[in-house]
Amino acid sequence: MSDASPVTPSKARLLERVPGLIGALSASPFALLMLFGFVAPLLCVVWFGFMPSKTFSLLQTPTLENYATIFNQTYFKSILWSLGLAAVTVVILLVICFPLAFAMAKIFKGAASFITYAIATSLFVSENIRLFGWVIGFMKRGVVGGTLETWFGLQTDSLLYNIPVIILGMVYVYLPFMLFPLVLGVKMVPDQVREAAFDLGASRWQVFKKIDLPLSMPGVMIGSLLVFVLSVGAISEAKILGGQKVVTIASDIESEFTYAQNWPLGSALSTMFIALTTVVVFFALSRFDLEKLLGKKPAE
Amino acid sequence: MIVTRTQKAGFSLYAGLVLLVFYFPVFCIIVASLSKKRFFSFPYASEDMTFKWYADALNSPQVHDFVGVSLRIASVTAVASVTIGFFSALAYARYRWRGRQTFQRLVLLPLFFPQSVLGLALLMWFNFLDVTTAWWTAAIVHTVWIAPITTLIISIQAYGLDESLEEAARDMGATRWQILRKITIPLLLPGMISATCFAVLLSWGNFALSLFTTGADSALPEWLYARMTSGYQPMVPAVGVINVGVAILLVIVLFAIVRWSTRKSRTSAPSH
Repeated sequence: MSDASPVTPSKARLLERVPGLIGALSASPFALLMLFGFVAPLLCVVWFGFMPSKTFSLLQTPTLENYATIFNQTYFKSILWSLGLAAVTVVILLVICFPLAFAMAKIFKGAASFITYAIATSLFVSENIRLFGWVIGFMKRGVVGGTLETWFGLQTDSLLYNIPVIILGMVYVYLPFMLFPLVLGVKMVPDQVREAAFDLGASRWQVFKKIDLPLSMPGVMIGSLLVFVLSVGAISEAKILGGQKVVTIASDIESEFTYAQNWPLGSALSTMFIALTTVVVFFALSRFDLEKLLGKKPAE
Repeated sequence: MIVTRTQKAGFSLYAGLVLLVFYFPVFCIIVASLSKKRFFSFPYASEDMTFKWYADALNSPQVHDFVGVSLRIASVTAVASVTIGFFSALAYARYRWRGRQTFQRLVLLPLFFPQSVLGLALLMWFNFLDVTTAWWTAAIVHTVWIAPITTLIISIQAYGLDESLEEAARDMGATRWQILRKITIPLLLPGMISATCFAVLLSWGNFALSLFTTGADSALPEWLYARMTSGYQPMVPAVGVINVGVAILLVIVLFAIVRWSTRKSRTSAPSH
């Protein structure tokens, strides 16, 4: 990298001479975008959280009244709902996706890429359209109810608006975010190690517990983390499938911004929520090396 | 790996089941979109089947507007996030520089961020800057969320970049710009193409970010959401199916392009 050729013009030579300048330069458009479109808005939210209630201006005297409101009211309930639903979603998705990811990484050949495309396509369809499909399926005399009634003579009311349906919706929407990292993770498990373990007389369960799971941990971590963070912020599932049964923190925040028109309170809620997710993400990210997973060439 | 036939059959059955459940909602929407009745109920008689709602949707000037807004947002987002992603992928995977490791960690941050909150944060930010939100502000927000994804996709390609090719070109007196144009961009092209497709598709389907940032303009997913929550309307499933159809079409195009470009780079790759 360091040996500059004398033929190049002076501007390019500066890039050669200062080590690392080219890297920083290439990163700068992205960094600027993030500064303008991510960091600044977040600071704006944090600051707005300290403004007096119901104002739309950022130039008032800072106050803690919004945080007092949050702690005195039942917002902790929606935070707990969000965390709980997210945790359940992660666990269910791990159980559903691991066997599938294993099959895609180790057993299937052509079928694996078919499944990849079939699942990935869903990412490009807005989640509320897909959830609407479940509404049609589960509503009174919908596809499921109608089928049960016509062919089995079972009368059903609407199957919507309860907690299991909300969880179903979340599992459904976030499945790709668990599956794909898991496939990458399982691909990292070398076949020889598994075979060696089997040759030494390990049982299937032992191989899973001692080899498959630990060696595919980066994938498990990334998948769980992605699903957790995305589903903590989920809003449509509870709204479209859950009626008003459960209020998540994201919909609390949204209604402060829309119906209640109380931006400072909404901002304070967002700030708490952001702090919570950041802690979770950083804690998890500090425990494994991302580059190891991404830098590895896919075993094809 | 050695697998018995029954194991393979078991896994195939399981995968089939997952896919079946996964596509059940799409099936439901298609069924509903073909029902003539104003209020959907299942099952319906075959004479109640109709394509009327599709015709309505395709002829509705309102739907045209929303598709137009969505496409405008998607194309601006794609161009911006692939351009930015190209350079940041080089910083991510190719060059060695001091801030690299921090950069690699921070790149992912917006992805781990709940979209609805990001949308609201930007709404407040634009309000603070006294900017009236419209489709182009939504494009900025989409870019903030999608540029990390394009960076990652192009990075995967950039990891496989043969540095000696760039160095050889430089030793022969090529300028930075020439190296970029003749070597780096062609070699990263497959990654850039799939990044473009991803950007278009993700922007096309996005709802949470658009909801707060499109202002008076409205993207297709927003319109659908508004119709869904205000009671059943027979045109909604039809528009939904059209939306899914466009996505599937784009994925097929993506698949074809990726195949074509990998085959091309495999046959014309200088080092193998």
